[in-house]
Amino acid sequence: MHEKLTIAMPKGRIFAEAVELLKKAGYALPPEFDDSRKLILDIDQEKMRFILAKPVDVPTYVEHGAADVGIAGKDVLLEENRDIYEVLDLKISECYLAVAGLPEAKKRTARKVATKYPRIASNYFREQGEQVEIVKLNGSIELAPLIGLADRIVDIVSTGRTLRENGLVEFEKMMPITSRLIVNPASYRLKDQRIDEMVNQLAAVIEGGKSYETN
Amino acid sequence: MAKPLVFEKPLGMRDTLPAQYETKKRIRTKMAALIQSWGYQFIETPTLEYYDTVGAVSAIPEKHLFKLLDQAGNPLVLRPDMTSPIARVAGSSLKNVPYPLRLAYDSNLFQAQQREGNRPAEYEQIGIELIGDGTRSADAEVIALMIAVLKEAGLAEFKVAVGHVKFMNSFFLDVVGAAERADALRKFLTKKNYVGYREYVKQLQLPSDDERRLLALLQLRGKHDVIAKARELSNDDEALQALDELFSLEQTLDVYGVASDVTFDLTLVRHMNYYTGIVFEAYAEGIGMPLSGGGRYDELLAKFNRPAQATGFGIRLDYLLNALGEIETEPPIACVLFTKERQAEAIQTAQKMRAEGKQVVLQNIAGVANVKEMAARFDEVVQCMGKENE
Repeated sequence: MHEKLTIAMPKGRIFAEAVELLKKAGYALPPEFDDSRKLILDIDQEKMRFILAKPVDVPTYVEHGAADVGIAGKDVLLEENRDIYEVLDLKISECYLAVAGLPEAKKRTARKVATKYPRIASNYFREQGEQVEIVKLNGSIELAPLIGLADRIVDIVSTGRTLRENGLVEFEKMMPITSRLIVNPASYRLKDQRIDEMVNQLAAVIEGGKSYETN
Repeated sequence: MAKPLVFEKPLGMRDTLPAQYETKKRIRTKMAALIQSWGYQFIETPTLEYYDTVGAVSAIPEKHLFKLLDQAGNPLVLRPDMTSPIARVAGSSLKNVPYPLRLAYDSNLFQAQQREGNRPAEYEQIGIELIGDGTRSADAEVIALMIAVLKEAGLAEFKVAVGHVKFMNSFFLDVVGAAERADALRKFLTKKNYVGYREYVKQLQLPSDDERRLLALLQLRGKHDVIAKARELSNDDEALQALDELFSLEQTLDVYGVASDVTFDLTLVRHMNYYTGIVFEAYAEGIGMPLSGGGRYDELLAKFNRPAQATGFGIRLDYLLNALGEIETEPPIACVLFTKERQAEAIQTAQKMRAEGKQVVLQNIAGVANVKEMAARFDEVVQCMGKENE
């Protein structure tokens, strides 16, 4: 209970849900936490330090040991493939990865795929026995098929509204995505008690009282 | 790639400057002396090995090997670890020396170049191999020596996690029956993916007690009582035998006085898959990855035609230095500054000081642009200047 725990939090979409979950798990986060522009927030009474990072960077901070634990989407974990422990499914920010495109493109085999997730996309098509060319984009993926840059996109879908509004249809669901609690391998041994405690408290909230940990 | 600019080094390569060199040398010397005091003999092996021999058995994923071709077109590797080259030596040049062999090394190792920082393609590792001894005493000796070496280097705060490859394998096989299911479970642990492990276990739809046992494995981390808890989960003889080995290991480590530095972690899987028994890793604050590790590899030597049970460890010097947070210090250097007229006197003065054990620079003042700046770089300055001795 002595060492400080550094937690990498993803800014943006997942942030509010993650904060809510931590509060439910009994962590006394200050009210200004929600709208702070600071990148580092120390919570002295909990001996915790939060760093606010871009979601795709969370696994990087955790793998290098700059943060002990972090909250990251499974999509990011699959894409980044970092050497970290994925200890808990937080069951927040639920969405899924899907292949989509213009309706008329469905019959044609995929040739060029635009995505934020080049690694996931090429692995997926490879497993289907298809070799595709990947165009890496950083946002507004839906644009690619509309202007003829690609004939498929691979992206996360939560409501499907963006796809519909752009006249795209979902071809296949690839996998469900939720946010995960990830842990640095060294921290997992050096700060095992604090981290186990955190996993227990979060698991209790997620599973409605049912805990994974028995000790 | 663009033509390299003159200051650039190949990706992943590092320079060692004087202050860092001195620090490294000081720590390395202490560590090597301690290893020698336990009767281990240092050896060197070539930087390059054949891809088909050392490269193939090193069990390091192919994409992490630093590969090149020799003039005849044979694929070579820059050695990715020292365990396989030492196994090669034990099976060839040292094949007439009876087991057990106690060998040590301090060598630079290589891995494929990576863009990411903190992944040097070349790094120094100090380690030992104890070949031809399958006893628990050998396992304990290797762990105790690794801890002693880390302490000798000055590392105060660290933890060693100990696991057992055979326990995990027999436990999985006993609970799930089929080898491919056991492999799948092990793969989740290798990838450190506990979420995937739990999902897979649920999906297997096992009897509830078997499911409970598989999920409970993830909690088998901690002190002494972990062995007792693991016993409750195991029915298999080999798994129980592995736990007996850990029990006996702990007792011996206690005699060495290092049991408090060790915790058990029965979920521990190391990246190299040639391990067959007790495995371990050491962690220190501020270093995101294990700074040292090792374990028992009883099947590797057979690949070099001299079957033997063996164990060993390796310590990464770059990580260790980071963990030590050493302030890099250079030893004091003196300077004898002279003018041509008094060169003879200056040389004698410098020689006398060197004989006293000092590090002495001898510098003709005519070769220095800024004398004040030059003098400021040294801890002691002796001047032999002007026409005559005053």
